[in-house]
Amino acid sequence: MRRGIAATALVAALALAATACGGEDKGDGGTDAGGELSGTVTWWDTANDAEKASFQKIAEAFTAKHPKVTVKYVNVPYGDAQNKVKNAFSSGSDAPDVIRADVGWVADFASLGYLDEVPADMAKKVDSEFLPQAAASGKYEGKTYAVPQVIDTLGLFYNKKMLADAGVQPPKTLAELKTAAEAIKAKTGKAALYLRGDDSYWFLPLIYGEGGDLVDAKNKTVTVDNEAGVKAFKTARDLVASGAAITNATDGYANMQTAFKTGEAAMMINGPWAVADTYAGDQFKDKANLGIAAVPAGSAKAGAPQGGHDLGVYAGSKNRAAAHAFVEYMTSQEVQVQSAKELSLLPTRTAAYEQPDVKSSEMVAFFKPAVDKAVERAWIPENGSLFEPLKVEYTKAITGASSPEDAAKAAGIEFRKILKGWK
Amino acid sequence: MAADTSQSVVKAADDGVGNDSAVRGRSRWTDSGNTGNTRNTRNAGGLRRALATHWYAWAMVAPVVLVLGVIIGWPLVRGVYLSLTDANERNVARDIGARHIDATYEFIGLDNYTAVLGDPVFLQRLVWTVVWTVACVSITFVLGLTLANMLNRQFRGRAAYRMALILPWAVPGFVSVFAWRFLFNRDNGILNKVLDGGGIAAVPWLDDPTWAKFSVIAVNVWLGIPFMMVALLGGLQSIPGELYEAAEMDGASAWQRFRHITMPGLRTVSMTVILLSTIWTFNMFPVIFLLTRGGPGDSTEILVTQAFREAFITSPRDFAVSATWGVLILLLLMIFALVYRRSLRKQGEVW
Repeated sequence: MRRGIAATALVAALALAATACGGEDKGDGGTDAGGELSGTVTWWDTANDAEKASFQKIAEAFTAKHPKVTVKYVNVPYGDAQNKVKNAFSSGSDAPDVIRADVGWVADFASLGYLDEVPADMAKKVDSEFLPQAAASGKYEGKTYAVPQVIDTLGLFYNKKMLADAGVQPPKTLAELKTAAEAIKAKTGKAALYLRGDDSYWFLPLIYGEGGDLVDAKNKTVTVDNEAGVKAFKTARDLVASGAAITNATDGYANMQTAFKTGEAAMMINGPWAVADTYAGDQFKDKANLGIAAVPAGSAKAGAPQGGHDLGVYAGSKNRAAAHAFVEYMTSQEVQVQSAKELSLLPTRTAAYEQPDVKSSEMVAFFKPAVDKAVERAWIPENGSLFEPLKVEYTKAITGASSPEDAAKAAGIEFRKILKGWK
Repeated sequence: MAADTSQSVVKAADDGVGNDSAVRGRSRWTDSGNTGNTRNTRNAGGLRRALATHWYAWAMVAPVVLVLGVIIGWPLVRGVYLSLTDANERNVARDIGARHIDATYEFIGLDNYTAVLGDPVFLQRLVWTVVWTVACVSITFVLGLTLANMLNRQFRGRAAYRMALILPWAVPGFVSVFAWRFLFNRDNGILNKVLDGGGIAAVPWLDDPTWAKFSVIAVNVWLGIPFMMVALLGGLQSIPGELYEAAEMDGASAWQRFRHITMPGLRTVSMTVILLSTIWTFNMFPVIFLLTRGGPGDSTEILVTQAFREAFITSPRDFAVSATWGVLILLLLMIFALVYRRSLRKQGEVW
C-alpha cells in the first residue's frame, strides 16, 4: 500500500493487458442434455445490513425451482460495489453472473459491453408489465440490459411525536421547514432536519426543487451551474447556516440514521431502504411514530430523484441461461411482494401493487405516489461519474468552505470534463 | 537498512564523535575496497574479467534482477507508455467471457502531461502534498527522537513502554485509520464526548478543511512514530556510553551532550529515516483515503489520492491520465531523492 496508487494503477493496467490474451469460447453452458438448467449462479447483492438476510433467503430459494442450479449469494457493500464489479468484469476471472446494479450504473456497464442483453421474451415483459420509469432505467440505446428489481425515491421521514410536541405539521416547503425548525428548537431543543452533506444524491431534491437538473441530456447541456443550480447550492448552505438543518462532511449516512433514530433530529430525507433500519431505533419502538411525507418543495416545486436497483447478467457469464432465469425469478411478482412486505421496498411490477400485502403496507402506500412523481434521471453512462465532483462542491458549499456561486461554477467545469463536447 | 547505517555510526563514533571531519570523511564506498576496484577498472577488458571472476555472483543475482524486472520494470515501462496514449476503460483490450475486444487506444504524445500540468488542480494538490509531507515528517521525527531518548535509559517497565509505543506499527494501517475515524466523528465520536465533558464545544475534526488537515496529519504522525522511534533508538544504542561519560567528566551539560554527541552520532540513521519517511508520506494513500476520502470537499486530497480518483472514480476509467499522475509523482520523488543526496554529499555524507 505504501508504494501508492501509482503502482496500483500500473499493475491494474498490466493486468488488463495480460488478460487480453487467452480466453476461448466455452459455449453457452447452463443447460444439460435434457434442457434443464444447471450450474452455479453467483449473485452480487448490494443490499444493506438490514435487508441482506432476507435477500439471501429469497435468492437461495431459487434452488427449489431449479434443483440443479446452485445460487452463490455474495453481499458487496454498496459503496465499493461499482468499483468491485468493474474490476471483476474487466478481468473476467471470478466475475459474478448476476449483479444488483444501482439504476445509475446500468448505462455505464452496458456501454462498456459488460452486460448481456435481456432475452427478447423477458424484455417484452419488462416493457409491458413493469412501471415505465423503472423499465427505462434498464435500457441503453434502445435495448434492455437489466431488469428492475426495486424502485425508490427520497422522502421526508419525520418523528411524529417530536413534531406534535413542537405543534407543527410536516412541512411541505423549505420555507415551512425553516419556520417549523424554530418551533422545534424552542420546544425540544433539537434540530429540525438532518441533511446529508457528504453525498450529492441528497442535493438532487434541492436542485429539482428550484426547477433545475444536473444535465439536460436531450440537448447535451450541463445545467448544474445555471441559475436554478446556484439557487440550489444557496438553499443547501442556508438550511445549515440558519440552524434549520444539521449536517456532516463525513460519515453522513451513519450520523443521519443515528441522529434520527435517537431523536437528535426530528426529520431526515431518506429512501424506503432505510425504513427497516429506522424501526430499530429507540424513537420508533412504536412503529406508528414514523411518518413519511414528500420531500419539501423549493421555490419552484417538490422533486425527488428516481432511484432503485436493477439486475443484470454479465456478458461473459458461463451460465447465462441459468443467470437470466435467476433474474426473472428475483424480479417475479411473488418475490417483489415478499420484499415489499418484509423490507418495505417498492415493487417494479405494476400488478404487484394490487396484492393485499403490498396494498396494506403503509410505506408502500406513501412511496408509490412519490415514485410516480419522481424525477427520472438522465440514463447516460456518465451518470455515476457526475456524483463524485458534485459531492466535492456540494460539501464545500453546504459547509461554507466555498460560495454557492463558486461551487456551481466548479461543478459545471468538472461536469464538462467528464461529458466531453457538451455545452 | 537500519543495521547498515548504525554500523557506520559505530565506526564514526569510534573515530571520536564531535570531530566532524572524521564523520564526514567516512564513506561506505571508500571503506569497501571491492566497490572501489570495480569502479576503477570499468573498461571493456575489466568488465570481462569481472564477469569471469564473479560469474557465480552474477548467476546468483540474475533471478532477483529478473523478478524485479518483471514486477517493477515492466509495469513501469508500461505505465510510462500508457501515459503517452489515450487509453481508458472504453478502448483497452479486454475479454468479456468468450468475446475478445481489441485495444483501440492511440499514441497521443505529451497531451496528457500538458493537460494535467495545465490544470490548476495539479498545483493545488502539489502544494498541499508538500505541506503534508513536511509537517508529517518533521513532527514524527521530533517526537520519535524525544521518545527514543526517553526510552534509551534504564527505568522500571521499559519493555512495557516500548511495546506500547510500537503498537501502532503492529496494528494494520486500515484498522487504526478506521478506529481514528470513529474517534473523530463529530456527533458521536469519543474525542468530542470527552471535550464535551470538559465543557468544550464539539470540534468538527473531519468536517472543517483546517481541522481535517490537522486530523490527517495527527493520524499519520501517530502511525509513523514507532518506525522513527525504533530506528533512532537503534542509532542511540550504538553510541558508546564512554563518550557520554567522558563528556560528563569534562563538565558538558545535558544539552551539550545531546548537541555534540547524540546528534552527530545519529546523523546517518536520521538521514535515512527522513528520506524513507518522506517518500512514504508523500505517497501515503490509506490515511487520507480512508479517513477523509480527500474531503471535506477536496481539501485533503494529495497527489496519489487524486491519481486514484482519475483512474477509479470517474467513468470510463481514465488509465492514461492516471498513469500520467503516477509518472509525475515518480519524477517528483526522483528529483527530491537526487537533490537530497546531492545536499548530503555536499556535507560529506556519501551513500
